[in-house]
Amino acid sequence: MRNSARVQTIAFFFLFLATLFIVVPVGLVIVIIIQKGLPAITGQFLFDIPRLGMRAGGIFPALVGTVYLVCGAILFALPIVLLAAIYLSEYAGDNFLTRIIKLAIVNLAGVPSVVYGLFGLALFVVFFKFGASILSGSLTLGIMILPILITTSREALESVPYSFREVSFSLGASKWQTIRHIVLPNAIPGILTGTILGLGRAAGETAPILFTVAAFYLPQLPKSIFDQAMALPYHLYVISTQVPNVDEKIRYGTALVLLVLVLFMNLVAIIIRYQFRKKKKW
Amino acid sequence: MCGLASIFFVILIFLFLLKEGLAVFKTVTPASFIFGKSWYPISEPPQLGILPLILGSLFVTLGAALISVPIGVACAIYIAEVAPLRAKEILKAGIELLAAIPSVVLGFIGMVTLVPWIKTIFNLPTGLTALSGSIMLAFMAMPTIVSIAEDALYSVPKSYKEGALALGATHWQTIYRVLLPAASSGILAAIMLGIGRVIGETMAVMMITGNAAVIPDSLLQPVRTLTATIAAEMGEAVVGSEHFYALFAIGIVLFIISFAINVTADLFLHRKK
Repeated sequence: MRNSARVQTIAFFFLFLATLFIVVPVGLVIVIIIQKGLPAITGQFLFDIPRLGMRAGGIFPALVGTVYLVCGAILFALPIVLLAAIYLSEYAGDNFLTRIIKLAIVNLAGVPSVVYGLFGLALFVVFFKFGASILSGSLTLGIMILPILITTSREALESVPYSFREVSFSLGASKWQTIRHIVLPNAIPGILTGTILGLGRAAGETAPILFTVAAFYLPQLPKSIFDQAMALPYHLYVISTQVPNVDEKIRYGTALVLLVLVLFMNLVAIIIRYQFRKKKKW
Repeated sequence: MCGLASIFFVILIFLFLLKEGLAVFKTVTPASFIFGKSWYPISEPPQLGILPLILGSLFVTLGAALISVPIGVACAIYIAEVAPLRAKEILKAGIELLAAIPSVVLGFIGMVTLVPWIKTIFNLPTGLTALSGSIMLAFMAMPTIVSIAEDALYSVPKSYKEGALALGATHWQTIYRVLLPAASSGILAAIMLGIGRVIGETMAVMMITGNAAVIPDSLLQPVRTLTATIAAEMGEAVVGSEHFYALFAIGIVLFIISFAINVTADLFLHRKK
């Protein structure tokens, strides 16, 4: 008995060690980026164009490009997501077709991001002749974030208790009225959480935009959705591997801005979820 | 109808990859494409054999799996069973945070910290090696492994655990003999999805593995993976050239690999129920 207690202590110690092994480097990464990147963050850095072959100046065009891309992706994805999620949670029966749709979603989620890039290149850039543009990039990113959004939205819709629907039906509401006035409003925080997480993902991805939108260096801001644009993650890639002798401060600064952007969105999503759970009446 | 959109997109992606990728097989046979030992796409005539790239992906993936599987599963057990309630919430948030860090940021951090360390520790001419890639990718696989494995452990019926404890087993014996076997298919799925993430990862790999398209014979050599090849070369490939088609054919290979992994993992997850 004594022996097995000792084995347990040792085993738990190793489990704890493994956990530390993950958490500590993550903490370190974030601390290092904040520590070395913070001195670079000035108004000029955020709102100036890159100068001297990206060795000085700011990141404004990249920042703007990323915002455009992310907004475009959401505008494209959200309607499809809502309809698909409503169909899956409210209308779809438990049959073969539903099973296949779910499998397709799982698969979309697992397709490597660079393959989305190839797909965007083949379909939007070459086939539809949109060229490398914000439009192509947004559509590619929009398709990439579909699976996350559909999954979270469906979960949000399904977590609305069935009794809510029964009451609505018993009052004579039609199925669509019930969905529109009862189910959707109650699922909105969940859908919002998923959407913000998707935004964060879209903002941080590089591979899908490499061939569909990203410009190496483009000091002026894009004027229409058919223009190329710089994007923050690609800019970070460029200044850390393609351009020699970039000041370390600028690299860390860019990494920090990207990290803060993405983590901030995640934080907002977590807070919404937390508030929602606290307020939940069922 | 929009429910069908997801099926539609999967098929659309595959069709467009096929449309552009199959053209390469006019010039090379599928066998010599996959088992060809040299990748010199811009020489004349181009040599399009992706074996070095497949091996590069395999090396990096195996390395990452060796690191991330034991640590990830151990962390999942810790979070699911051992950690006190408050610590559990914080750890889960931490893992989510790790999953959210963009891969290009991780690649950048790997470049400025890990790569020089590897170089000095192993006394190598360059720190841009398969090993650096493996370590960095292990960190990208871990959030997937931890969260899915933790879910699997969590969904084991409570009565199993209570039964084992009532028979006088220690907490560890219960975990080791009862919970782990009961959750095994879910954990297996977690591992597969983690590995899927590693194979598909592009940016971090491109930044820290050195990008040499040669057949590697140790983890301490630079390698180039399938994904990095597409990302690095597509910018230079002329639309409609053999090189362009070959990169799409690599995309097909990646798509099929991820398809196989996801379908199998999904089967494991469903068998559990």
